[in-house]
Amino acid sequence: MNEPLLQVKNLCTSFKVDSGEVRAVNGISFNLDKGRVLGIVGESGSGKSVTAYSIMRILVEPGRITGGQILFNGEDIVQYSKKQMREFRGKRVSIIFQDPMTSLNPVYTIGNQLREAIMLHTDRNRAQADERALEMLKLVGVNSPEQRLKQYPFELSGGMRQRIMIAMALCCEPDILIADEPTTALDVTIQAQILELMQELQKKLGMAIIMITHDLGVIADMCDEIIVMYAGRICERGTADEIFYNPRHEYTKGLLRSIPRLDTNHARLIPISGSPVDLTNMPKGCAFASRCDNCMKICLSELPEELDINDCHKASCWMNVKQVYEEAKGGIAK
Amino acid sequence: MLKYTIKRVLLAIVTVFIISAVTFFAMNAIPGGPFSKEKAPDPAVQAALEARFNLDKPVGQQYLIYLKNLAHGDFGISLKTGRDISQIIREKFSVSAKLGGMAAACAIVLGLVLGSTAALCRNRWPDRLIIFLTTLFVSVPSFILATILLLVFALQLKWVGVFSTENPNYVLPVISLMLYPMSYITRLTKSSMLDVLGQDYIRTARAKGVREGFVIFKHALRNALIPVVTYVGPMIAGILTGSMVIETVFTIGGLGTEFVRSINNQDYPMIMATTIFLAVLMVIATLISDLVYKLIDPKITFD
Repeated sequence: MNEPLLQVKNLCTSFKVDSGEVRAVNGISFNLDKGRVLGIVGESGSGKSVTAYSIMRILVEPGRITGGQILFNGEDIVQYSKKQMREFRGKRVSIIFQDPMTSLNPVYTIGNQLREAIMLHTDRNRAQADERALEMLKLVGVNSPEQRLKQYPFELSGGMRQRIMIAMALCCEPDILIADEPTTALDVTIQAQILELMQELQKKLGMAIIMITHDLGVIADMCDEIIVMYAGRICERGTADEIFYNPRHEYTKGLLRSIPRLDTNHARLIPISGSPVDLTNMPKGCAFASRCDNCMKICLSELPEELDINDCHKASCWMNVKQVYEEAKGGIAK
Repeated sequence: MLKYTIKRVLLAIVTVFIISAVTFFAMNAIPGGPFSKEKAPDPAVQAALEARFNLDKPVGQQYLIYLKNLAHGDFGISLKTGRDISQIIREKFSVSAKLGGMAAACAIVLGLVLGSTAALCRNRWPDRLIIFLTTLFVSVPSFILATILLLVFALQLKWVGVFSTENPNYVLPVISLMLYPMSYITRLTKSSMLDVLGQDYIRTARAKGVREGFVIFKHALRNALIPVVTYVGPMIAGILTGSMVIETVFTIGGLGTEFVRSINNQDYPMIMATTIFLAVLMVIATLISDLVYKLIDPKITFD
């Protein structure tokens, strides 16, 4: 009976372009339970946002889901009709985007855009919808909310607009909120405020959150579980503590090395050398092999299987297999 | 808004005044005059005529006299036909405006529909067909298109009658006049629609669960209209005042023909009247399109 709220099974999404097929998401699976916070990290082009858009089914041409299932409460939304999908979006799962400056329609007032979202999914009338909009603006901590309803997006600051995006996403009490790099376009002080707001709202409203970011620091103390993506695949997953203190994939280790830290006196950050793989021409083995310092022969020819590190930690890296093998050999030698 | 409008109207008066001055002095600089053509009349008669219409006075003084009469709403009489110019303009403009009004309305409606269709069917056959045809209509001169239409639909197929005063059938003239602006609006709408459809707020609207029709007509079209309005304002003014070419092909006596004829005849008061009329219309159209901007795009402020 303990079925996860959202189950993504072997999801594949690709974009057909002139030079071939870009496999942006290449067979990923994960579960999300009610009220939990899942972080997805990875660099640009690793397939984080495409995963989010696939769940909402708002991919733009030529992108399409080419395989797998997305089960929401056991129903596969990949099979949903357009109409079912419209009722699903905004009502069951909502999304907020990276750039609040461009995500609101410039020619309609905040009130109009909030009211639209509310009236689409509930049977409130206009006045009731306005009331709800006001309530939502208060909830997300917008000052003088009555006045804001009458304003246009260009009259508000970036942080304010992101708050409004959050209000719009949450106004129909969705079960899942997807946040696609919600703080990337904001300056640092505002980033902290928005993250704090999201945590607070999560506690208050109890929705599940999928937090997408390229910034590990952002999700450190917010997420129950973290997925690390690289080139459309999941390379490592586990609780935040496991990922941060016991990374078992070379890519995750590289990511962690590239975060500035206050507690150590590294003179320089260590970047991950090389550039992301060409998604139209994926290597046979591990996608990260060409940039990996500890690349082995097998990494180039065979895809690593996902291996359980412990109960709450999995990674797909041949290094772990090697380690297991060496430990076993050592055990025999003893 | 009101303050802005008043300011614009005052500026418009200055604009029209400058246009009238430039026209007046330029037309007087052209050698010859209204009475010095064809078989030259008796010098005494010519002198008398010129004296009657103040043509013997210095140009500057003539201009002042003209302005004084204009201030009383008097455009003068045509030096060629002797008819009252206000009446000629009223008569000819009613024909041109009828033709132009229909053409402008068709051009805007069809242009927006075709442009949106092309954007939504990007790179599929409707888009390709629309772009092929509009490129054709933009590049082929209107007199060729008008002649072909006339040949095919009026003479060969006999679907519509040829325009005449007894049988004023506006179908072919309206189509000929409409094709260019329609094609232009189509192309403008398509490119601006494509631009808008790629914007983040369109994705937001879809993510909210807005149905596709509303995404297009509520969220996208209003944003896509902004560049189209810039073109449409002056276009309407231009089209209302008549196209000499189309009027000639279909033998419709409109303002466009009258304008060109007045220049050929060096009919000074007629040139002035038509020019000022055109300028006023153009200024009004631009003012209206600027005001429409404000309605569409709240970001625009007039202060």
